[in-house]
Amino acid sequence: MKFLTTNFVKCAVKGCQSSTESFPLKYSDCQLVQEEQEYNPEFLVHMLERLDWNAVIQVARDLGNDSLPPTKPDSLDPIMEEDQAVLKDLHTLLVETQIVEGRMTCNNCQHVYHIKNSIPNFLLPPHLC
Amino acid sequence: MSRPEELAPPEVFYNDTESFKYTSSTRVQHIQAKMTLRALELLNLEKEQPHFLLDLGCGSGLSGEILTEEGYNWIGMDISPSMLATGLDRDVEGDLFLSDLGNGVPFRAGTFDAAISISAIQWLCNADTAGVDPKKRLLCFFNTLYSSLRRGGKFVAQFYPMNDSQTEAILGAAKVAGFGGGLIIDDPDSKRHKKYYLVLTAGLSERTVNLTGATMEAPVMNKKVNKKLLRKMESGKDFINRKKETMKRRGKKVALDSKFTGRKRRPRF
Ligand SMILES: C[S@@+](CC[C@H](N)C(=O)[O-])C[C@H]1O[C@@H](n2cnc3c(N)ncnc32)[C@H](O)[C@@H]1O
Repeated sequence: MKFLTTNFVKCAVKGCQSSTESFPLKYSDCQLVQEEQEYNPEFLVHMLERLDWNAVIQVARDLGNDSLPPTKPDSLDPIMEEDQAVLKDLHTLLVETQIVEGRMTCNNCQHVYHIKNSIPNFLLPPHLC
Repeated sequence: MSRPEELAPPEVFYNDTESFKYTSSTRVQHIQAKMTLRALELLNLEKEQPHFLLDLGCGSGLSGEILTEEGYNWIGMDISPSMLATGLDRDVEGDLFLSDLGNGVPFRAGTFDAAISISAIQWLCNADTAGVDPKKRLLCFFNTLYSSLRRGGKFVAQFYPMNDSQTEAILGAAKVAGFGGGLIIDDPDSKRHKKYYLVLTAGLSERTVNLTGATMEAPVMNKKVNKKLLRKMESGKDFINRKKETMKRRGKKVALDSKFTGRKRRPRF
C-alpha cells in the first residue's frame, strides 16, 4: 500500500463513519519498501490539492519520519524547473514509499486492521458491520 | 449454465483455482477489457488530465490493468483473497484492499475523481448467510461510495442482473444515496451480448457522462458548455505549450527548456 493511500483510508466500522477520530489511522509495526515508480508530476499536483497535510505529517511520524515541512507545499507547477525538486520528494514519499506489512488502528474504536503482502485487510467481523 | 452468484459466496467461488482460471483465460481478459473501456467511455473524463479512480470488485486487476494503460491511477477493492493474490502476482499498479463492498467504501470524503465496477455489484443482491440484508448492504455501499467521490464525481458499473428486481434494487439504492443517472443497455436485442451499465453522478457535474448512442431509463442532466469546459477540451500538450509560452513571455524559466535556474529552491524533505 502506497503512503499516498494512508491519506484517504479511514476506519470502516459503521459507528466511526461520522467520527473525526477515524482518520488518519494509526500505523504501527510497519515494514516499508521503496519501490521505483514512474514519476508523474501532473498526478502529484492533482492529488496535492486534496491531501490532508496534517495527516501526512502524522502518518510519516508513525513511520519514523519527523522531517516533513509543517505546511503543505503549494502552487507547485509540473512545468516549472524550480518546482521539480519538491515534486520529486513528494513522489518518493507518496508514491514510492509502500507499506508491505503492518497494523493500522482506528483512534476512535481501536479496531486493528492488518496489512499483509501490501494488502490491507478491511473485512469486518459481523458485529462491527 | 448457472450463474456463479448462485453457487457460492464470492470469496468461496473465486478460490485459487477459479481465480487462476478466470484471470488466465484470454476470452475473459478480452471481455473484461472491452467492458472496462466502455465504462471509461461512459465516464467521459477529461482526457490528458490526471484522475484518481476506485475499482470496485477489482478482482485480479483485469479491469485495473486497462485503467493503468489508459493513464489512470487507481485503488481496487475485492472480497476474494485469491483474486487479489493473483493481482499481486501480475504486479498491478493500483493498491489492493481486501474488503466487502457491502460494508461500505472506507475512504474519506472527496477522495476519488470517479469510480468503476466491472462485473461485480450483482453479487451485492445476494444474501449468502442468514441475517444478511442485501437492501441494507446496497444502501451502505452507495452511501459510502457517494461520499468518497468528489462532488460531481461519476460512477459507472457494468453488472449482470439476474432479473429486473435486482436492477430495481440497485437503481433504488443508488437514488436513495443521492446519485443521479440511470441505466444504459448495450446490444439490448442480443441475448448473448446484452450488457447493463449503471451510469451515475454524485451531485452536479460540469461534464456529464457520454451518452452518444445510448438510450436511458432515467434522465441525466443537460450538458452545459462554458468557457472552462472549452479550456478543458484542449489537449494536454496544447495546454502545456500555451502555458509555457505565457511563462516564457513573463521571463520565467520552464522545465525541459532549461536544466538549471538561479532561483532558490523550496525546502526539501
Ligand atoms: C467477475 S469478477 C470481475 C473482476 C474485475 N473487475 C475484472 O474485470 O476482471 C467479480 C469480482 O467481484 C468480487 N466481489 C463479489 N462480491 C464482492 C463484495 N461483496 N465485495 C467485494 N468484491 C466482491 C469477486 O470477488 C470478484 O473478484
